[in-house]
Amino acid sequence: MERRSIADGVRADRLQPDHRFPPFERGSGFPYWNRFAAVNDEFIGIHMDDEEGRTAGYPSAFGMGNLTWAYFHVALHSWLGLDCRIVSLSTRFRAAVVRGTRVVVTGSVVSVTAEGEDQLVEVDLRAQDGAGGLLAPARAVVSVPPQARRL
Amino acid sequence: MSDEPASWITDEMRGLVGRPFNQARSYPVAASDIRKWAIAVYFPESPPPLYWDEDTATASGERGVVAPEDFNPFAWLTAEPGMAARRAEFDADHLESQFGVLGPGLRTNLNAGLDATYGVRIRPGDVVTAESRIVSYEEKAGRMGRMLLTVVRTVWTNQRGETVKTTEQTSIRY
Repeated sequence: MERRSIADGVRADRLQPDHRFPPFERGSGFPYWNRFAAVNDEFIGIHMDDEEGRTAGYPSAFGMGNLTWAYFHVALHSWLGLDCRIVSLSTRFRAAVVRGTRVVVTGSVVSVTAEGEDQLVEVDLRAQDGAGGLLAPARAVVSVPPQARRL
Repeated sequence: MSDEPASWITDEMRGLVGRPFNQARSYPVAASDIRKWAIAVYFPESPPPLYWDEDTATASGERGVVAPEDFNPFAWLTAEPGMAARRAEFDADHLESQFGVLGPGLRTNLNAGLDATYGVRIRPGDVVTAESRIVSYEEKAGRMGRMLLTVVRTVWTNQRGETVKTTEQTSIRY
């Protein structure tokens, strides 16, 4: 499996409202969930067992909301640089990431305002499945320094 | 006649709103904890060196390895309250149990949403303390029937008294 680092920052002075970031994508299922469960102590039946997922009203086991939450952070840093500062982030989980779902995080700039030397960028994010179905809408405010550095 | 109560929210539960709970203190954060977290959330990509290579991270504006903002220093075991607080099994009513109050006895407890405001980053060696309060209980009709929504606010502070993060987490029980 090819591995590459995610560190593609965007220069703050190129950001404009309605700027669309490239989609950030992940698969789903036990290879992803087991790794996250191991670091977050989240070994819960609905994330490990299809029958538990069905008992909860879903077609199978499904992924952690906390992992989708983590993906929003990864996506923001991939778009705006590792030296940007996530000021705030909010999301609501609308649909479960059932096993086999392709998670696609899209983002677009809502507004850009100056805060000292930095740019305060408001980003509208959506986690969607591969068919465009909404998994979780989100909104972030990110402070971007004058020139994003690549690490 | 249904045995279901008229409301999942009892007077005892209402009395919990605003009371502090879940006071916890992390062990000193280890660089290896940060590395593993970064590997897990970046999978199948490699995480950026900022999260695992001290030389690269030192040369950056962060002046050393930092944790991703979503990192949880309280996973697995806390210094306080310690091993006695670990649960052998999932308990959907864990929130009320911490107060010694009976919860609604619902089977499923899902994460419905998060709101976070971030302060300083977490670095190796940091000790983070947490305190939570219940903000609200609310019932709603949903796809799975009557559901209980609970909002909990949590503040994380480091050993220097700096705010690391403030969150409001909404859970759904049914």
